[in-house]
Amino acid sequence: MGVLPDTWTWLTTAEHWSGDGGVWARLSEHLYLTGVCLALACAIALPLAMWLGHGGGRRFGGALAINISNAGRAVPTFAVLVLLSLGPLGDHGDLPTIVALVLFAVPPLLTNAYVGLSEADKDVVEAARGMGMSRRQLLARVEVPLAFPLIMTGVRTAAVQVVATATLAALAAGGGLGRIITAGFATYDTAQVVAGAVVVAVLALLVEGVLALAQRLFDPGHHRRRALAAAPATAVPARTAP
Amino acid sequence: MSAVMAESCLTRNEWICGEYLRTRSEELTDATVEHVTITLVAIALALLVAFPLALLARRWRLAAGPILSLTTVLYTVPSLAMYALLLPVFGISVSVVVCGLVLYSLTILVRNIMTGLDSVPDEAREAARGMGYGCARLLFGVELPLALPSLMAGVRIATVSAVSLTTVGAIVDHGGLGNLIYTGMDSYFKAQVLTASVLCVLLAIAADVLLLGAQRLLTPWTRAGRRAGRRRTAGIPRDSVMDAPGTVV
Repeated sequence: MGVLPDTWTWLTTAEHWSGDGGVWARLSEHLYLTGVCLALACAIALPLAMWLGHGGGRRFGGALAINISNAGRAVPTFAVLVLLSLGPLGDHGDLPTIVALVLFAVPPLLTNAYVGLSEADKDVVEAARGMGMSRRQLLARVEVPLAFPLIMTGVRTAAVQVVATATLAALAAGGGLGRIITAGFATYDTAQVVAGAVVVAVLALLVEGVLALAQRLFDPGHHRRRALAAAPATAVPARTAP
Repeated sequence: MSAVMAESCLTRNEWICGEYLRTRSEELTDATVEHVTITLVAIALALLVAFPLALLARRWRLAAGPILSLTTVLYTVPSLAMYALLLPVFGISVSVVVCGLVLYSLTILVRNIMTGLDSVPDEAREAARGMGYGCARLLFGVELPLALPSLMAGVRIATVSAVSLTTVGAIVDHGGLGNLIYTGMDSYFKAQVLTASVLCVLLAIAADVLLLGAQRLLTPWTRAGRRAGRRRTAGIPRDSVMDAPGTVV
């Protein structure tokens, strides 16, 4: 077929990596967009999740947290990107892309953080309250550490989502690595299309892998859980298939 | 006639335009039919592939790890990259989109089928075996019906995602309503973009509601339990939130 060797040649050609539209330039655009939007989405979603799961919004938190995830799945990202770029935001450079990226990063962050916070072990929370912890201490020292694995799962999902959405932004005339793919389609250069896709896929997997590692390293409950696992098993044995 | 044309919302390029719906209804219908066909074929194929994979992973636990991690890796690949990677395999054709959607749906379906089969109570299995059920009858007569709620939850998530991801197929000219969004973007045609986007969301909602109805019809025994459980505070349905590893874009 010759596509694989051609792709390899494309990827190993130095000119394709340097310069204005090169892979490095597109990659830095992509990472910049991803970083800014992930930070913005965290700044919006995490305090909101804390308010919903811990503070005054408890009553309608559950319904919102689930429905926002379902809505995020049903609305096509591509359509939102195009609608925003044709709308009044369209004249402001990267703004439509940034808004779309943040919009689609919020649901996984919100849902996971909410579920983690609202399902924090009630006995532990009661005990902490009994020890005289204030609401703020309770949140910072008990509930957030307990919810940490789920909060990080949300961050990971959101990060992968932002990387993917930023790729799509190229279809709606944005920047980023997707540009390599769309430019390849425009010139019928299959090798370039595949090479761009490989770079995007590797980036997505790297982001997922690095964050999974970070989750394991920074989990405040990590050492305790490992100690528990090492202790003699008194827990219910895992069910085996008959 | 020209005076009427000048007044129409098409020439003023408005977002909402009845004139557009009237004059382009054929184009819209064709795109919707293509969209629905792509989604249906993809979900049907995905089910056909996912079911044996889930059975394999259950029967042979060694295979479970690789199958689950491979499907998760596939889920991480962005849709534009997925379609681009499939381009050399199929060329510019509808198979690129269908195959991409099948690969994405596998992640959700394999997980949910496995969760469903694992949740079948041992007592039910033992009783069926005691009644002389063979392997196949046990699977299709007892285990599969009991796994249906989890399976259907997976089918719903996979279908809604597939409806939304089909739009990206516009890159290979087979995106259903996505084609209209793509060409509408190029020609700055606001009514076309908005109408196609809204139709897309409506399709996703309709598919979800229809599948929920099908699930209710297929599993009448779950309703009795739900009525009894309604008085308790509703928890968060685990398999609708946690099992799905986010959303692909």
